[in-house]
Amino acid sequence: MERKHYEQEINMTESLMTRINELLSHYPEDKKKSALLPVLHEVQDAHDNWLSIALMDKVAEILGILPIEVYEVATFYTMYNLKPIGKYMFEFCQTSCCCLRGTEDLMDYTCEKLGVGIGETTADGLFEVRGVECLGACGYAPMMQLGDFYKEHLTKEKIDQIIADCRDNKIILHDK
Amino acid sequence: MSKKILLDKINVPGIKTYEVYRREGGYASVEKAMKSMTPDEVVEEVKKSGLRGRGGAGFPAGMKWSFIDKKSGKPRHLVCNADESEPGTFKDRYLMEFIPHLLIEGMITSSFALGANRSYIYIRGEYMWVFKILERAIAEAKAAGWLGKNILGTGYDLELHVHCGAGAYICGEETALIESLEGKRGNPRIKPPFPAVSGLWANPTVVNNVETIAAVPWIVNNSGDDYAKIGIGRSTGTKLISASGHVKNPGVYEIELGLSVDEFMNSDEYLGGMSSNRPLKALVPGGSSVPILPADLIFKTANGEDRLMTYESLSDGGFATGSMLGSGGFIVYDDTACIVRNTWNFSRFYHHESCGQCTPCREGTGWLEKVLWRIENGQGREEDIDLLWSIQSKIEGNTICPLGDAASWPVAAAIRHFREEFEYHVRFPERIKDRNHFVAEPFDKVRHLVSKQTV
Repeated sequence: MERKHYEQEINMTESLMTRINELLSHYPEDKKKSALLPVLHEVQDAHDNWLSIALMDKVAEILGILPIEVYEVATFYTMYNLKPIGKYMFEFCQTSCCCLRGTEDLMDYTCEKLGVGIGETTADGLFEVRGVECLGACGYAPMMQLGDFYKEHLTKEKIDQIIADCRDNKIILHDK
Repeated sequence: MSKKILLDKINVPGIKTYEVYRREGGYASVEKAMKSMTPDEVVEEVKKSGLRGRGGAGFPAGMKWSFIDKKSGKPRHLVCNADESEPGTFKDRYLMEFIPHLLIEGMITSSFALGANRSYIYIRGEYMWVFKILERAIAEAKAAGWLGKNILGTGYDLELHVHCGAGAYICGEETALIESLEGKRGNPRIKPPFPAVSGLWANPTVVNNVETIAAVPWIVNNSGDDYAKIGIGRSTGTKLISASGHVKNPGVYEIELGLSVDEFMNSDEYLGGMSSNRPLKALVPGGSSVPILPADLIFKTANGEDRLMTYESLSDGGFATGSMLGSGGFIVYDDTACIVRNTWNFSRFYHHESCGQCTPCREGTGWLEKVLWRIENGQGREEDIDLLWSIQSKIEGNTICPLGDAASWPVAAAIRHFREEFEYHVRFPERIKDRNHFVAEPFDKVRHLVSKQTV
């Protein structure tokens, strides 16, 4: 398999480090590794929503663990992205309960509208459509996750609106 | 109106905030437990209540608590399992989002009972906004003196934090959750040792579901005996049910255990019947892992008794004619739903979520998915149905954790109750080309074709 190398500018800002240190304080002094998952979330959010090898190495250094301990975790959990992704990632829940309420048709509609297939990023790097497994919103289907938030009871009209809002920079992705 | 003990205050404006929650009597159980009870007395009340684990397994919570190793002198931990990921289940999220302090109060009272000085709430990473709600609620509780050192002057210390996962169903299994909380991949551990002896950082640990812990304040404020009076038999108390699929009013409901399935499904107080007045075809009563029930076994058991929302009644008849209450993920299907497609969808889920540790699950879930996919897409063979049966039977019981069983049961139940539908897919591939094949022509309209043509 061909592996493409992606460069990423690493910027451990003061506010990011403050947050990381706060997370570290939630665990015993000798159990820093426990903070790995929450720290990876924070670091990823601050770096265009993906983790390069160099960034993971940086996390390993901060937690005092081996780089491999970070890689094996980052590859196991689906929420960590290991390559650059679209700024607005539409993650549709495609598990049964949502499908009963028309998710598949809605995903087709969204892909067609954006001119991409599932798992692809638009040429401008703005959008990406993904199918993910149960997000725990079965009663509010169809739905998708966008950043830290859920968009529920979706319709074609709502999708149109969300896409327009993304283009107008009106969507908040993270609650910081 | 059914009795509510978890959601009775849910409509009070501002109940999300500490001030309103406290004014409405919140944190009384912490005061009562710490000022007038010993930890063992709290455990005793929970035992008497008959409260059973609300995550799905239904194990008595008080008994689980009594297993925690208090003799070794090691630090103890309470970990709340908020990694809600069972398809069909979204009740814990509702509770945490709209009345977060109930969970925090339950965590404090329960940690006191267990003698835990460091406790965690492990929430799934996708619930990031709920994570933030809980972080703020914990900060409010701490500022008000309910957390930290020497709580209420009793000398009892408690640190409580919320920890987020990152997208792995398997972390809902308690030992995988502990691994994940230690910053590792979510691979379940072999039991024994059980977490009550060696859990988080090899310390004695109890892992309980959100809803279980949220029931503790009421039990302490009233009594275990009072709680046991609610419900029927060994199904005591109330249960949150997450309803989804083809019903008029999907959402989260608190019911008294013992309510009939018929009333829950059809009364306006609850689900209000089917969403488009189409016939009911099937029900998954307790989350995707539990066996699916066909229409004729939903409201009545095989013995002709009313089917009730209890652990016992829903499992009446075993897997032959019953199912399980599970996590309370109540998924309703009308006649436009395709059981083969639904089963394939669930199998894809389990294949995706298998951690890969045990061969039967890692390989078997993939085989189930592939074989179901080819049947659903008109490339199935007659012998595939028996092949599916064979694969699922070889996963079940042969894995470290119950994910293998959870992947097997939906497939077994679908074949058991809907075999004709699988046969239809195999024998009439041209009729199922469109993924919405039963929308235009429900299976009942074409069932006669299957019985006419035998192999």
